[in-house]
Amino acid sequence: MEIANIVDKCPGTVKEVIIGATKDEGGTRGKSITVGGSNCIPFMDFDGSPGHKPAIAMDVYDIPPEEWPEPLMKHYADVVDNPANWAKKCVEFGADLICLKLDGIHPDKKNISASETVSTVKSILEAVDIPLIIWGCENDERDNEILPKVSEATKGERCLIGSVTQDNYKTITAVCLADGHNLITQAPVDINIGKQINILVADLGFPTDRIVMFQTTGALGYGIEYCYSIHERARIAALSGDRQMSFPIICDVGHEAWRSKESKARDDEVPQWGSFADRGKMWEAITATTLMQSGVDIIRMNHPEAVSIVKKHIENLT
Amino acid sequence: MALTGLEIFKLLPKTNCKKCGRATCLAFAMQLAQKKAELKDCPDVSDEAKSILGEASAPPIKLVSVGVGDKQVKIGEENVLFRHDEKFYNPTGVAITLSDDLDDDAFNERLNKINNLKFTRVGTEIEVDLIALLNKSGDASKFADRAKQVSENTHLSLILESKSADNMKAAVEICSDKRPLIYGANTENWEAMASIAKDKSCPMTISASTLEELADLSEKVKGVGVADIVLNLVSESTKEILQGLTKIRRAALKKAFRQLGYPALTYMPDCEPAQEVVSAGIFIAKYAGIVVVNACEPWQIMPLLTIRQNIFTDPQKPVQVEPKLYEVGQVNENSPVLFTTNFSLTYYTVEGEVEASRVPAYILAVGTDGTSVLTAYSGDKLNEDVIAKAMADTKIEEKVKHRKIIIPGLVAILSAKIQEKTKWETLVGPKEASGLPTFLKNTWN
Repeated sequence: MEIANIVDKCPGTVKEVIIGATKDEGGTRGKSITVGGSNCIPFMDFDGSPGHKPAIAMDVYDIPPEEWPEPLMKHYADVVDNPANWAKKCVEFGADLICLKLDGIHPDKKNISASETVSTVKSILEAVDIPLIIWGCENDERDNEILPKVSEATKGERCLIGSVTQDNYKTITAVCLADGHNLITQAPVDINIGKQINILVADLGFPTDRIVMFQTTGALGYGIEYCYSIHERARIAALSGDRQMSFPIICDVGHEAWRSKESKARDDEVPQWGSFADRGKMWEAITATTLMQSGVDIIRMNHPEAVSIVKKHIENLT
Repeated sequence: MALTGLEIFKLLPKTNCKKCGRATCLAFAMQLAQKKAELKDCPDVSDEAKSILGEASAPPIKLVSVGVGDKQVKIGEENVLFRHDEKFYNPTGVAITLSDDLDDDAFNERLNKINNLKFTRVGTEIEVDLIALLNKSGDASKFADRAKQVSENTHLSLILESKSADNMKAAVEICSDKRPLIYGANTENWEAMASIAKDKSCPMTISASTLEELADLSEKVKGVGVADIVLNLVSESTKEILQGLTKIRRAALKKAFRQLGYPALTYMPDCEPAQEVVSAGIFIAKYAGIVVVNACEPWQIMPLLTIRQNIFTDPQKPVQVEPKLYEVGQVNENSPVLFTTNFSLTYYTVEGEVEASRVPAYILAVGTDGTSVLTAYSGDKLNEDVIAKAMADTKIEEKVKHRKIIIPGLVAILSAKIQEKTKWETLVGPKEASGLPTFLKNTWN
């Protein structure tokens, strides 16, 4: 029996964003990564082009993480105080991108200086040749002080830098524009604010093929359904031709999944939850694979085995 | 597909007799279209109109139930492709396999393990729904014995899997009162399987490797009088199954394609464990009625049950806890007092951390219509007046001797105002609930 025709051709396409620049392109990366480009519901390639595969960015912090549970920490114990070596390890684990998270510049943490941060960034660029995401500490003052220095020092590398919000975007947008970087626009699980910040940075003359959206992330069991639906709505809007939503989406899975109780509680605390060693990585992997169904293009992750599971899953779907 | 009022009008007697209680046949037709009237109100309607309208008014995806009683699993009858358009109604049933060829000890151990796959999340117990008994032995009496054993030793609903109609018959005989799902009909054996399903009034699956074959089969099976059908697209490819589930859902909802208007069951028997679990997770998000998995470790199943709970919540309605004073642990007059909002995700995150700190404490869930701390604050649902009133209503001053209240770090800005309004000393807690154990252990004392 012939089946009713259910192909859903979409008028809109998510923009392609290229992260990282090779020597020929004025940078030092071994290769660049392109994300976005989809013009169908995720993985429905009978409708249209699914675009580029979701890319996995593995986190490197500028200070050792304080609250990582042992099943995660054991993979990084020897490198957490050396971001360059940490980044090398991520490459071994299969990272497509490195996401350097600058928690240490926060005044409540280590208040690390701009010059020290710049040398950390440079050490990572020397240690690995995959493209770099550089993410501030969500303290506007410190981000506005440090990120411009980092942007300048990495000029030409076509990094992805963020994040900017509707309350704090001018300084960082301007330097990313000048230095040729891509930009992360952030909104708090809100389509309208998401559009607003995209319009604001575009009004400053920022090219729309260099924007990646971040709607904040909730882990499995911790509000994932809110981001799932926001991503889904943003993606459907993009596919329907809404230009303010037609950007690739990044999500922060690793950090959120590993601060859940399910990833942190030891065997003696919750024997009925099963193996502590396996629980967290599964929590992280499922958070990632579920969000992929809502339409995400870059996934920040931590656990090497969770990364392998997700990468294999991506292969199975493409 | 739903008919319009005018299309329905053409099928009515057009006598304007008012026996239905409406002024005209057209008015009645309009109400029928909006599902505000029932066809039986018209005494003169023709049989032809009845059959057309009856068919058209059926939901686009049939509701199928498996099992009986409290743990009956209801699947299907979904209206949308995306949860934000309305909501997903009937949560995917999670089924764990159990082979009839395991030796007695292993069989009992696994059965017991499956029975205990339950967890508490945000105040709700979540657990698996079904046991899928597989006829790996190929033996009829073994299958029937195991079916008996399972049905007598579980509160869960049952799926019986066998490609042999004879074996299926033997097992269904034993436990037909439990209304098991008959799983094994395909293009070859469907007639014999359908006859068992019909005799015993049990739901059945049909399995095929293409949607075209599935549509053919569903028509045939329906033709012999089985109404409760579950579709099973057979594939070892996650992508093929995901796309198949999407095509089935779209065909049913957007094209009213009746032959695929049934819930679907997924099973990837030979998938490696981690991929099986993540695949089952996306099938829950995208349109499976039942997912069958071999995985049975708590750390594999808990995330699946959690994703189901998350995806099937109503996106229009924040889940709330009752706004009141909660006691965690053995509290006394010296125990700390914290407040948060009555958004259940917020409240249970705080409660979980307070529990983990092992410091007995009072948590005041302030009524904010189920919004989170920041959302409530920016919507002026969480301010010093609301907090003072909640403290007075719950008579917190009679419960503790001290006059100190811990406020969420995200609303540190309210600190002075609360202090002024309530005359209680405010302590600014962490911004994230995860900081509470350290905070309670260090700062409180």
